[in-house]
Amino acid sequence: MKHLIYATGLLFATQAVAQAPDLTVYTYDSFATEWGPGPAIEEGFEAQCGCDLEFVAAGDGAALLSRLRLEGDATRADVVLGLDTNLMAAARDTGLFAAHGVEADFALPVAWEDPDFLPFDWGYFAFIGNRGEPMPTDFRDLAESDRRILIQDPRSSTPGLGLLLWVKDAYGDEAAAIWEGLADNIVTVTPGWSEAYGMFLEGEGDLVLSYTTSPAYHVIAEDDTSRVALPFDEGHYMQIEVAAAVGGSDRQQLARDFLAYLVSDEAQSIIPTTNWMYPAVEPSGGLPEGFGDLVEPSQPRLIAPGDVPETRDVALEEWRAALSQ
Amino acid sequence: MIPGSVAAIVVAALILGPLAAVLFRAGGAGWPSPADWAAVRFTLLQAALSALLSALFALPVARALARRRFPGRSAMILLMGAPFILPVIVAIAGLLTIFGRNGLVNTALGWWGLPPIDVFGLHGVLLAHVFFNLPLAVRLLLEGWRAIPAERFRTAAQLDMPPGAVFRLVEGPMLRERLPGILTVIFAICLSSFAVVLILGGGPAATTIELAIYQAFNFDFDLGKAAVLSALQIAIVTVAAILALRLAGTGMAAAGLDRPVQRWDGGAGLRLWDAAVMAVAALFVATPILLVALTGADSLRDLPSTVWSAAGVSVLVALASAALSVGLGLLLALPRRALFETIGLMTLAASPLVLGTGLFLLIRPFAFPGDHVLAMTAVVNAVMALPFVLRSLSPDIRGAEAAHGRLADSLSMAGWSRFRWLVLPRLRRPLGFAAGLAAALSMGDLGVIALFPSPDTATLPLEIYRLLGAYRMEAAAGASLLLTGLSFGIFALFDRVGRHADA
Repeated sequence: MKHLIYATGLLFATQAVAQAPDLTVYTYDSFATEWGPGPAIEEGFEAQCGCDLEFVAAGDGAALLSRLRLEGDATRADVVLGLDTNLMAAARDTGLFAAHGVEADFALPVAWEDPDFLPFDWGYFAFIGNRGEPMPTDFRDLAESDRRILIQDPRSSTPGLGLLLWVKDAYGDEAAAIWEGLADNIVTVTPGWSEAYGMFLEGEGDLVLSYTTSPAYHVIAEDDTSRVALPFDEGHYMQIEVAAAVGGSDRQQLARDFLAYLVSDEAQSIIPTTNWMYPAVEPSGGLPEGFGDLVEPSQPRLIAPGDVPETRDVALEEWRAALSQ
Repeated sequence: MIPGSVAAIVVAALILGPLAAVLFRAGGAGWPSPADWAAVRFTLLQAALSALLSALFALPVARALARRRFPGRSAMILLMGAPFILPVIVAIAGLLTIFGRNGLVNTALGWWGLPPIDVFGLHGVLLAHVFFNLPLAVRLLLEGWRAIPAERFRTAAQLDMPPGAVFRLVEGPMLRERLPGILTVIFAICLSSFAVVLILGGGPAATTIELAIYQAFNFDFDLGKAAVLSALQIAIVTVAAILALRLAGTGMAAAGLDRPVQRWDGGAGLRLWDAAVMAVAALFVATPILLVALTGADSLRDLPSTVWSAAGVSVLVALASAALSVGLGLLLALPRRALFETIGLMTLAASPLVLGTGLFLLIRPFAFPGDHVLAMTAVVNAVMALPFVLRSLSPDIRGAEAAHGRLADSLSMAGWSRFRWLVLPRLRRPLGFAAGLAAALSMGDLGVIALFPSPDTATLPLEIYRLLGAYRMEAAAGASLLLTGLSFGIFALFDRVGRHADA
């Protein structure tokens, strides 16, 4: 019993002694872990600034935004990294962010003009399947096929929301009919990306909603070329991940230095094989091999960040009604 | 009584304080939408069906285990502790290897030229919930059978009672006393089930209150609605708990002499039936676990070093959490007050998201929650395990008091000496079970650490989610096996200590 008391005390103690860092960056969990870009970017920036950077994580992009809203002006964050275009409108409404003033030559398929939010990577949503199996070429084709698909819930997952907006952007008022057509193809709707992707790898479905960059992981890390992304004729919806400096922070200059580092050649070349997304600025060494053969969508789709909240609520109701029958 | 009241207040504050904090921060309540009400209805339906089915199937299994002695019996009882403590994602993976599209069942059906079954839908949710909770019900019922004085079975055998009469006269009163509580616990567990329902439910028709809470938080940032939904969930469980305590019969007041139970229930047909029931249950419970072990075994050898450090952290958190949970459980159960036990059960229905966010709001003015995430995880896990600790301890405390309380009163035994000489000797077995369960639940639960993850510290379940999120499904399978082994090991250790204590 005594040992347990000591152990509990130890748990408290080891957590509390950490020194206050020079720059605090809020991000989503997978960015900051050993497998994500976090450690290499932390090391690179600390070498450049001679300061101490600390990542503080929340579950995912949506949880990150909720965390900021909870903390409001009292937030400890100097920089927030990992919101995306779908969360930008709500993030802007918090009034927490300041202009970053960083210039970069973005390699995004869409023009980017935003004083507050700085893109650091991006990707296209796509269905991933196995090489050699039937490949529907658009949503109607998919609905008519017997392909079994695994998707994520738009209420709890970033790709799930991406798919919702993809269908809505491509089909407008017909989106509800598309979902009704897809209903018998859907194996199940998972709470997050990893459950759906894991079930796909176990053969529970023929196709899974993920990113066009997913096959690159299998090629680069596992030397496996059997997974392919399906190009859709409607074009593919995009996710652009952004970072921003917190206006109320007393580390403004350091925050801007960090944002400038984030789109530098060094940081951008870390992104592709750690976050498995396209870098926002093409690194001088080019993209890693395996990223070269990826699907190039005919048309990039993106709903303007300011229009997302309204579109999202309408689309969610259509989705729920069509799939609840 | 006073320590009990303090414990009850502490637990109630831990559940209601964060809820109030969220409500206060929201500046008022938010009203659930029609879609949320649909989620409430589905949640009630699946939780009620899950509880009924689990208990229904558990009855014959527990009865067979109670009246038979055979080699491997204690191993089977141990096995019955396993599914409940499996991490959810691991259990789902295991079930899919049996009932999924490429699973054993569909492969077998394919050989016979039969169409495949589809596991996704309400039936899939029920299947998974029965897998989790049937063994728990068996264990809790078995404790009930063990509490029936040996003299009763001896008398029943002398009178040559048929099994039906034994059931009606000897076992029935025990079941009337215990079943309502067991049903309530399972109902409450399934009420707040999140991942199982979403993954196996097949679509938005299968949406639970917990998802509606998640949506209110992270999708709409409607804190008022999140708090109202969470309060509704707690209210449902509280009503169920009060009903259960009302329904519970008084059991058997007469005492036995604590001698080992011997059974004389005979008949080849009855033996055969018992054997068949136990074989089916063992197969149903063990196969998914074995398949998980097979999948993970390959990658167990070259696990990333972070997995091992996360495992160490998890064990520490689990031990601290078990100690706290059993301590609180004893304080709440010893006064034998229905109110205290209802408060203990309430924790099952508290939404982890609301609890975590509320704690965050309460702690934030004084400290940075991320700096104390392990301590928070241990405390929250301890509170979450409390209902199981109470379900396990409370009937035996009542039994001991009912049987020997008058004698103790006549000897003026009170306080510590009453606890030490009257209650504790009859409590070793449930104490071991409760501590093991609390520790294992804490091991397997993702808990509040997912809300405030620290990049440098992880518990094993968090590390598994991180591996999954980074495409490292194989390493995740290995880590899942390690987690299963550790959870089960820690449970078996405590359980064994408890069961050997009263030889």
